[in-house]
Amino acid sequence: MSALVLAEHDGGKLNPATLATVTAAAAVGGPVHVLVAGGDDASAAADEAAKVEGVEKVLLASDAAYAGQLAENVAPLVAGLMDGYDAFLAPATTTGKNIAPRVAAMLDVMQVSDIIGVEGPKTFTRPIYAGNAIATVESSDAKLVITVRGTAFDKAAAEGGSATVEAASGPGDAGLSTFVGLDATESERPELTSAGTIVSGGRALKDSATFEQVITPLADKLGAAIGASRAAVDAGYVPNDYQVGQTGKIVAPELYIAIGISGAIQHLAGMKDSKVIVAINKDPDAPIFQVADLGLVADLFDAVPELTSKL
Amino acid sequence: MKILVPVKRVIDYNLKPRIKSDGSGVDLANIKMSMNPFDEIAVEEAIRLAEAGKAEEVVVVSIGPAKAQETLRTGMAMGADRAILVETDDEVEPLAVAKILKAVVEEENPGMVIMGKQAIDDDSNQTGQMLAALLGWAQGTFASKVELDSDAVTVTREVDGGLETVKLGLPAIVTTDLRLNEPRFAKLPNIMKAKKKLLDTKSPADYGVDTAPRLKTLKVTEPPVREAGEIVPDVDTLVAKLKVMGAV
Repeated sequence: MSALVLAEHDGGKLNPATLATVTAAAAVGGPVHVLVAGGDDASAAADEAAKVEGVEKVLLASDAAYAGQLAENVAPLVAGLMDGYDAFLAPATTTGKNIAPRVAAMLDVMQVSDIIGVEGPKTFTRPIYAGNAIATVESSDAKLVITVRGTAFDKAAAEGGSATVEAASGPGDAGLSTFVGLDATESERPELTSAGTIVSGGRALKDSATFEQVITPLADKLGAAIGASRAAVDAGYVPNDYQVGQTGKIVAPELYIAIGISGAIQHLAGMKDSKVIVAINKDPDAPIFQVADLGLVADLFDAVPELTSKL
Repeated sequence: MKILVPVKRVIDYNLKPRIKSDGSGVDLANIKMSMNPFDEIAVEEAIRLAEAGKAEEVVVVSIGPAKAQETLRTGMAMGADRAILVETDDEVEPLAVAKILKAVVEEENPGMVIMGKQAIDDDSNQTGQMLAALLGWAQGTFASKVELDSDAVTVTREVDGGLETVKLGLPAIVTTDLRLNEPRFAKLPNIMKAKKKLLDTKSPADYGVDTAPRLKTLKVTEPPVREAGEIVPDVDTLVAKLKVMGAV
């Protein structure tokens, strides 16, 4: 077996989801090679990938066509490299989920999406029905194409490896699409999917200003990332990339504090693997209390400022 | 332009699935089924483009059992013009669905395919991307805004870092995210009218597609249950317990 991992990176920094994907790839069967595709800044990410423990080789495809991570351009690059590999793995991030199925179809492979466990060389576990069931599936395809849920695998050590970096190239610009821009949410806070602590707010926060006023001081105090329920995002309190849930981000921090979140199935699917869950909600019957380690039935507008001052 | 909208019949999103006691799958007998919510958003978007004069015809297509006719009728009651059912009782995986859709596209020649980003049953999130690959088309996945011009479509995508914008040459595939629009409810007169709209029935064999599964489901189990903890009386107790747990 040999596996190719698609690195996710941003401005030359490797995304931690890549490290979990390396761990999954090693479980599928090594040696593990990492493909870093991007523009001018890709070489910095390649150097970082070369230091990751367990990585034997880094392939660096540096071309303006790969700068925006357009699936139309990156998928043919990956497919072209797959002669040399038995498995292709990408993090189940929005980038990985966009590119991997395009690769799979080019290779005539049925992808295994969002795996949470490796049970055998071709056998995997994955959540279905918004995490309400876990399926164990076995692939019969000659090659494997897999996306990996980052919170389900330990991260490979970022230091300790000494992989070689080799140049790789593909067909370049497919001429189908153009990257126009990214309206990035600027934040000094830790990134949601890798944060140790998350403070999350729901619809009960009333509006954008109140959300900020109640949630931010607590998050500041804890050095936490800020998340939100789908209801809070739909209501426009916070941007879309704050959403925690089956169709938003899947998180598993050490501490998750859910404030004014009722706990819809699709939200629980995104956070129930957190180590400690705290829920503050004035409705004692809210489903969030069924998964919370510590629940406080209280008006959040009293309880959260008090909690912030006492921590 | 013609817009093709693939739709899937799935368990109603309000229902919690029951796992069969033999672990062979999810029990769907006598369960309320509905159109996959992301596909409803896709139908809505296509109809809005038609209403804005940017598309002439909206065709809904479903691959599934005879009962998927109901799902197609729902799409037509919302405003789609006609429907195609590719009838099969087998479970068809995303790759085979994409192959069937490719054949439908080659017959229908739409300028755009709009479809849900994932189905809420298998949560694969693959079919749109696969169809784009098989057709050699551009793909705008996880769309929260779609602006269609005569020769290109600009798609705003919900990505992990915020909102990304891409410009796609036509024809193209768009897959929908939650915030693209709020689908309308079909009104009774439109439900009646939809019964008279054209619904063609085909089979996967008509398109020469082998739907044999590549993935074998060995078992389906309940997720590990997280036990409810305790309700604390006040903030002081909460802080004290968090400290004991080492969480703060």
